[in-house]
Amino acid sequence: MSPVTAVAVKKSGPARGGDSGRRLVDLVLRARELSIFGALVVLVLATTIANPRFLSEQGVKDIFLNASVLALLAVGQAMVVVTRNIDLSVGSVVGLVAFVTGDFASGGDHNVVLVVLLGMLIGAACGLVNGLLVSLCRVPALVVTLGTLYVIQGLDHSIAHGRQISASDLPSSMLALGNDSVLGVPYLPIITVVVMLLIGYYLRSYSSGREFYAVGSNPEAARLAGVRIARRVLTAYLVSGALAGLAGVLWLARFGTVVADAAHGWELKVVSAVVVGGVAITGGVGTVWGAALGALLLTTIGSVLVVLKVNSFWQDAITGLLLLLAISVDRLLAVRVTRALRMRNRSSADAAPPAPPAPGKEGVRDGAR
Amino acid sequence: MSAPPKSAPPTLALVNVSKAFGAVRALQDVTLELHPGEAHALAGENGAGKSTIVKTFAGVHRPDSGEVRVDGEPVVFAGPADAQRAGVAVIYQEPTLFPDLSVAENIFMGRQPRTGLGRIDRRAMHAATAELFTRLGVDLDPRRPARGLSIADQQVVEIAKAISRDARVLIMDEPTAALTGQEVARLFTVTRTLCEQGRAVLFISHRLEEIFALCRRVTTLRDGALVATEDVAGLTDDDLVRRMVGRDLDALYPKQDVTPGEVALKVSRLTREGAFTDVSFEVRRGEIVALAGLVGAGRSEVARAVFGVDRWDAGTVEVDGRTLPPGSPTAAMAAGIALVPEDRRQQGLVMDMSIERNMGLTQLRSLRRASRRGPLLSRRVERDRAADWAVRLQLKYARLSDAVGVLSGGNQQKVVLAKWLATEPAVLIVDEPTRGIDVGTKAEVHRLLSELAARDLAVLMISSDLPEVLGMADRVLVMHEGRLTADIARADATEETVMAAATGRPAERAA
Repeated sequence: MSPVTAVAVKKSGPARGGDSGRRLVDLVLRARELSIFGALVVLVLATTIANPRFLSEQGVKDIFLNASVLALLAVGQAMVVVTRNIDLSVGSVVGLVAFVTGDFASGGDHNVVLVVLLGMLIGAACGLVNGLLVSLCRVPALVVTLGTLYVIQGLDHSIAHGRQISASDLPSSMLALGNDSVLGVPYLPIITVVVMLLIGYYLRSYSSGREFYAVGSNPEAARLAGVRIARRVLTAYLVSGALAGLAGVLWLARFGTVVADAAHGWELKVVSAVVVGGVAITGGVGTVWGAALGALLLTTIGSVLVVLKVNSFWQDAITGLLLLLAISVDRLLAVRVTRALRMRNRSSADAAPPAPPAPGKEGVRDGAR
Repeated sequence: MSAPPKSAPPTLALVNVSKAFGAVRALQDVTLELHPGEAHALAGENGAGKSTIVKTFAGVHRPDSGEVRVDGEPVVFAGPADAQRAGVAVIYQEPTLFPDLSVAENIFMGRQPRTGLGRIDRRAMHAATAELFTRLGVDLDPRRPARGLSIADQQVVEIAKAISRDARVLIMDEPTAALTGQEVARLFTVTRTLCEQGRAVLFISHRLEEIFALCRRVTTLRDGALVATEDVAGLTDDDLVRRMVGRDLDALYPKQDVTPGEVALKVSRLTREGAFTDVSFEVRRGEIVALAGLVGAGRSEVARAVFGVDRWDAGTVEVDGRTLPPGSPTAAMAAGIALVPEDRRQQGLVMDMSIERNMGLTQLRSLRRASRRGPLLSRRVERDRAADWAVRLQLKYARLSDAVGVLSGGNQQKVVLAKWLATEPAVLIVDEPTRGIDVGTKAEVHRLLSELAARDLAVLMISSDLPEVLGMADRVLVMHEGRLTADIARADATEETVMAAATGRPAERAA
């Protein structure tokens, strides 16, 4: 309308306020991944100084091998947690799948791919049950997956009936999956990284991927925006289940010897990794890379304690402390960021009086660029 | 400011629509037309049916009779998605956004611009958002998360979403209630531009000056029925107020005449930052004092502070001459204050608990004493007392052990009343005592309040129901934007004087 308002907009135009805002937000979003990474580096350096053998080729390989299964589970779990749900049944699924596929593989010389598919299918079936109960029957996820945790565990024990799968029964191709490598990198971490990249890319760059975040961030708004909430939640559980199945096969391939309670109690480890990795337990926030990094950090701490000859009982306590630290930092950061964002509104509102939109206001638009 | 050309059919219209919820007739034979390019105001008291109209347009409610028309063609909205597809966008007082996602994603959720491979084209999305914001003349970063946005900016995001969907009708349900003057000015600028582009806007506000500033036509509702649809030009504030409230008072409100006794509740210069300022009043025994005002004027906040649920920053509260400590409901109860809250489902009752248990909640100590068994409660005494109150309040129920949730709204309210009356209070504060209650039970609640006052109880009644205020109260206190603006004696209280004070206009009569 008047040149005065146009000038005012130009002066405090989005170019300036927008950039600082983006920087702050980006920093906060990246801070978690960066700080975990920093913690990892410090941890590894300090341990290497105390015991130079820690960074040997075998030592590093072991950490990555051990982290692979946990990270795979963390990626699936992250997807569920982002939708404001939780999947506690993953530990039991790993145990069930490791045993059943071990039984299957030792029964004949099957193709490894077939074993992997069978494992993922069993996992997905478990995920389907969880997903249907949570999304369609609207039972709280905590209760549903606590129930399936025990049911699947019971199923596993009744199938195993005290037996155990031993490495000598397994075809060599199966064991090769767990121990061989390409160009010095073992298969397991490769599989995990590929899965993580695929899912991370999907969640970040596809419209349906973003809907997982929408559902977790504000379910009511998601409903009003036409997001098919039940479908997204069901998908998250299917993926989490299928990845738990894959993790079960990898577990079998890595260890060869499997008893019925493989991965017993791992669900809490997975949830810890996810939360430490910056996925908000209240949904809507976090990345699968963060979750995988969290898994790597927890695994590394385990190895460090072994190298430093610290009693392994401390491992759980330290995991717990890390979890509490992560959640406290999240809370603090959230409050700080919200306040910072509010403050900026106020200053920008003061600086920019209402500018009337009008045809032919190219000057204003130029100012925005 | 002339009538729209007859040739163009209204973009969106209700034709002879009626809607009832149980016994409550929310809309009766209402016809409302929104023409392209017009800002149309919807005025009426609380409960006049404005929200029902909004929800009918939004596809949340379906009319019992009559029809919704888009461009003159009858349509049936099966749900909010249908209404959206037809080009209707609703901007609520408190928008629903995804706090963790960026502003751009909030606008384009489910409809993001994509590249050839189907992935989201973030650059295009941010550019499109920046473009929308430029058109709206606001300075927001498309990449920042929605968390921390002021309500005004959240509304801007909702408006941008509506425009990006190419919505042809924008319905704004009290959008200005939480805005500052500057933010209102910006909203109006945006709204005028939308009208110039040929979109229709339905604007709801309690602030009459806003209706005059923004709208071309105004439709007034009263008790679910259409009063008038007319051009704003030529109307005065008083005309509008008269259309909103002008109805005959009936004999539903049997306030008995009493001579007020001692001062039971004395509130002096009470202030709570951001809620209310410098509020002083007295309530005497035997008196019913109404606290009137528009929604959001700070009435419930005063009640909560007096009862000690919220702390106050300055001022004093005295009951029977004793000063209460701030922020202590226990002290308030001990001093003899009882509060029947506004939202009985959330604050007044434990819905899954039985009638007798709910009534007994305020008397745990005396029930314990009655049992003479240490920490155990006497269930027999609890039941006896509940049965006694049920008779006194004419409660309609099957068994006292039934969950309170199965009772009707009016009977639930009686249980809340019983719960508090059983504490034998000196001061009873009731917040919207008859909201959502059918007419018959409403009269019973009124009779009850009147009887209680006659038995020397001091009653402070918060109500948005003007006839109820005028019929029941010995004195009417009126609040406007956190301040007490009038103290009107029963003889001087009319709908006009109360509404004038409630909307912040200078009263014609000295209060």
